[in-house]
Amino acid sequence: MLTGLTLTEARAGLAARSFSARELAKAHLDAIARLNPALNAYITVLPEETVLAQADAADARYAAGTAGLMDGLPIGIKDLFCTKDIRTTAASPILADFVPPYESTVTARLLKEGAVFLGKTNLDEFAMGSANTSSAFGATTSPWRRTDAPDVALVPGGSSGGSSAAVAAGLALAATGTDTGGSIRQPAAYCGIVGLKPTYGRCSRWGVIAYASSLDQAGPMTRSVTDAGLMLEAMAGFDERDSTSASRPVPAFHKAVGKSVKGLRVGIPTEYRAPGLPEDVLAMWEQGIAWLREAGCEVVDVSLPHTRYGLTSYYIIAPAECSSNLARYDGIRFGKRVDAPSLDAVYEASRAAGFGPEVRSRILMGTYVLSAGYYDAYYLKAQKVRTLIRRDFEQAFETVDVLLTPTAPSAAFAQGENQNDPVQMYLNDIFTVPASLAGIPGLSVPVGLNGAGLPLGLQVLGRHFDEETVLSVGGALEAAAGFAHRPTLHAGAGA
Amino acid sequence: MSYVIEGQTGQWEIVVGLEVHAQVISHSKLFSGASTTFGGDPNTQVSLVDAAFPGMLPVINHECVAQAIRTGLGLNAQINLTSRFDRKNYFYADLPQGYQISQFEHPIVGTGTIAIELANGETRSIGITRLHLEQDAGKLLHDQDPTKSFVDLNRAGVALMEIVSEPDIRAPEEAGAYLRKLRQILRYLGTCDGNMEEGSMRADVNVSVRKTGEPFRTRCEIKNVNSIRFVMQAIEAEAARQVEIWENGGTVDQETRLFDHTKGETRTMRSKEDAHDYRYFPDPDLLPLVLEQDWVDSLKAALPELPDAKRARFQQEYGITFYDAGVLVAEQAVADYYEAVARGRDGKLAVSWVTGDLFAALNRTSNTIETSPVSAASLGKMLDLIADGTINGKIAKEVFEDMVETGEDPEAIVERKGLRQVTDTGAIDAAITAVLDKNADKLAEYRSGKDKLFGFFVGQVMKETKGKANPALVNEALLARLNG
Amino acid sequence: MSLDLATTRRIAKLARIGLEDAELEATTQKLNSILGWIDQLAEVNVDGVPPMVGTETEALRQREDVVNDGNCRDALLACAPETAGPFYTVPKVVE
Repeated sequence: MLTGLTLTEARAGLAARSFSARELAKAHLDAIARLNPALNAYITVLPEETVLAQADAADARYAAGTAGLMDGLPIGIKDLFCTKDIRTTAASPILADFVPPYESTVTARLLKEGAVFLGKTNLDEFAMGSANTSSAFGATTSPWRRTDAPDVALVPGGSSGGSSAAVAAGLALAATGTDTGGSIRQPAAYCGIVGLKPTYGRCSRWGVIAYASSLDQAGPMTRSVTDAGLMLEAMAGFDERDSTSASRPVPAFHKAVGKSVKGLRVGIPTEYRAPGLPEDVLAMWEQGIAWLREAGCEVVDVSLPHTRYGLTSYYIIAPAECSSNLARYDGIRFGKRVDAPSLDAVYEASRAAGFGPEVRSRILMGTYVLSAGYYDAYYLKAQKVRTLIRRDFEQAFETVDVLLTPTAPSAAFAQGENQNDPVQMYLNDIFTVPASLAGIPGLSVPVGLNGAGLPLGLQVLGRHFDEETVLSVGGALEAAAGFAHRPTLHAGAGA
Repeated sequence: MSYVIEGQTGQWEIVVGLEVHAQVISHSKLFSGASTTFGGDPNTQVSLVDAAFPGMLPVINHECVAQAIRTGLGLNAQINLTSRFDRKNYFYADLPQGYQISQFEHPIVGTGTIAIELANGETRSIGITRLHLEQDAGKLLHDQDPTKSFVDLNRAGVALMEIVSEPDIRAPEEAGAYLRKLRQILRYLGTCDGNMEEGSMRADVNVSVRKTGEPFRTRCEIKNVNSIRFVMQAIEAEAARQVEIWENGGTVDQETRLFDHTKGETRTMRSKEDAHDYRYFPDPDLLPLVLEQDWVDSLKAALPELPDAKRARFQQEYGITFYDAGVLVAEQAVADYYEAVARGRDGKLAVSWVTGDLFAALNRTSNTIETSPVSAASLGKMLDLIADGTINGKIAKEVFEDMVETGEDPEAIVERKGLRQVTDTGAIDAAITAVLDKNADKLAEYRSGKDKLFGFFVGQVMKETKGKANPALVNEALLARLNG
Repeated sequence: MSLDLATTRRIAKLARIGLEDAELEATTQKLNSILGWIDQLAEVNVDGVPPMVGTETEALRQREDVVNDGNCRDALLACAPETAGPFYTVPKVVE
């Protein structure tokens, strides 16, 4: 099955001319035509001729021996990356018809390495959510089903839920995601794929629609840890147009996978053993610890005392930044405009109609925590707690090389669950948010199924700019787990 | 106390602080690579960053940072090696991002001073609170359509320096002197062209009044006043308004006002109730701005001589008065011109020619010092001709007018017109003889004691020689003949 | 801390998001349920701790002062919902 390959396998096949990039692309377009109506993983699928033209160009490069890192590999692009002349919506009504006249740095790099874009994947509106239910283009449904309730539609996680569903179901070999508080790692875990949030500053944010600037980071969502390394190599690198971009060389990340992890010290944050953590999650975590021990790692307990305040700090900082970042959607220069008699009325009507409920409430929350009289108690306090959280990690990394935690506190839940309790919904991010606040890299690796047949992921966290060690440890987990499960709905099923 | 308002309840003092927005001279904008040129076609000098398209990010312009530092150094101010950019959040049609990137908590330049000089010769020192960098907004056009305002973003994102003074100003005249001095310094530094008509320098004026010795009372801010004259008028009008309110038992509300120069009064723009809540917070797209002391030192070493220093030097080096030196250094181009004329020559003579005949000629021909028809080198040469006796002062006026008209070299003019001074005593004697012959009656009067007629004879002799005679020789010879 | 309806209305006004009166109550309730949870932050001792501004891995990089952008009016205006000639338009603003 061409749709079931890893990037690495597909690239080898293309290089060996076992199949053409055109065949590979066509297989994916067929899969999308068959399954996307049920999954709604793509907001925009590119026209067949556009996709095949990209594939033909890739075939020509293989023939000429000039193929790039991602040449001919069909991938999905989260609809938060601006793509030149391709509609870019952020899953929001306010950008429903926005066609950027520019290409984001990350997607431009992928194109330069020969990647074939299939389309723009679904997400929570403006990347705000953990269930992919707030998209203006409809929710994405997970390709997975519970064995005990096969008719219940589950969430693919969020916000990069379209990407995770597409990669899991064979609608793309890989996809880009963005992660602000877990938006790559949590949907990767829910869908049984690999998701890597690199160190803040590793991938340029230029042309990526901003949610919370100090946290947003792009990364790969793939079927293997090696693929994550390979795709990150293509995406990462210094960009002079992003003042927060790190001017560091990009290592050959994929070569870190398969490196021995013998002697590495793995920290287990005691505070992550939160009360109420489900048995299956806990058991999978223990299993992961055992695997790493067997691989020669030394496992030690570490303390991250301020972790428990990570989530609350995050839900101050991210809305505060978003309230400001989203002020530019005012109906004047681009996007939706609702006509009204005065300037303020145009703003209010355009933004009321243009933003969905979750985005609106985050903007309001952010406006409130920055407003006069509340700044110190909320925003400034949260930024100080953020310092403490970062120090916790730095201290831990003085004695250990990586940390191992569950990616999410549960497996995927049903659509509609947690919808009425925002705090319950936010708790999904409890294990992913602290790393976002500290800016360190985090990788989610699928390691097994729970009792209901749903995938669970473990998270490996590392030092700033030490994605390589994270990938090595992730590779060891992957090898030990041998996760080969496919979701109920996937391109190969019944074919 | 020089400026007081006589109220019914006694004398009132005014307290004024100024916030000046000075557009930074740079090729490109503060955070984008779009041009800053004034007067471009609408919306052509706009990048995706300036129009705040989704995913666009700011990258700071090094030259704007350097300009702010130079200005800080010119104001004898503290340079903050670490500063930060904050977002000032509000919605307006000229503000694409929905926030202005500014420096709120940690400005690039801290406290400094400006020395101002008043008409009576007194000098005062006005404190500078801070200087920070921020983005300018776009422009709205209200007169193009009955129901719409049009938006031009060419100016959006151009770098501004906001220069905030302490509330040290006590008279409208001081406000004027402060603005003129600040503008002069900015122009010398080449950091802002100070052109208030084009809006590259604008002032917000904070005004309050108080009885002598009292603490400060409530102030009002008059926004966006665009000429020095209007600033002075606005202060007078606003202070008078406030005095009237206090004296009638009312209270002045803290608010933002506008100055209507046609009516000569201020009016409410925004009251405190609908005051903005700007929700400042550190811009997460920008890291702290950290500068090296060595770099600051190198900027300092390369600063041009500033007006106060130049004035003192001119006084000393060229022996001219404090007043004259002040006139010369008011504009750097004038100072440079003067110096080119005066160097190695009679400085006092040079100043009288530059501020007298040259200024008058520039005025008359609608020229500026930069477009002067007479170059500093030519004027200098003319002074040399006076000094070596080739021409006298009177002929020099004629030569100068010719230079203004033709732009020719003074020597060429002297030759062409045959204006070389007559120093031949024989020729002068002949002229004297001719004059005395024609004026026997006047000669008699003179000899009978009417000494005042001496001037008449000098004039006649000069006329006889077509003005070219050396006046000293004429005096000497005439005196000998009249008294002989 | 908790919000009342008037505060929600003021915040919505600041954020320029039009809220119907009917939405006001539900919005206030939702914000309050989040704020109630966020208030646990009060128990953290942050004495002497500096705020973390961004991730602060490097000092701010500066670009050369060259004009290398702009001159793309057509592409920009093509994205706008309403324009007049070379301008963006808004309902008439009175200053």
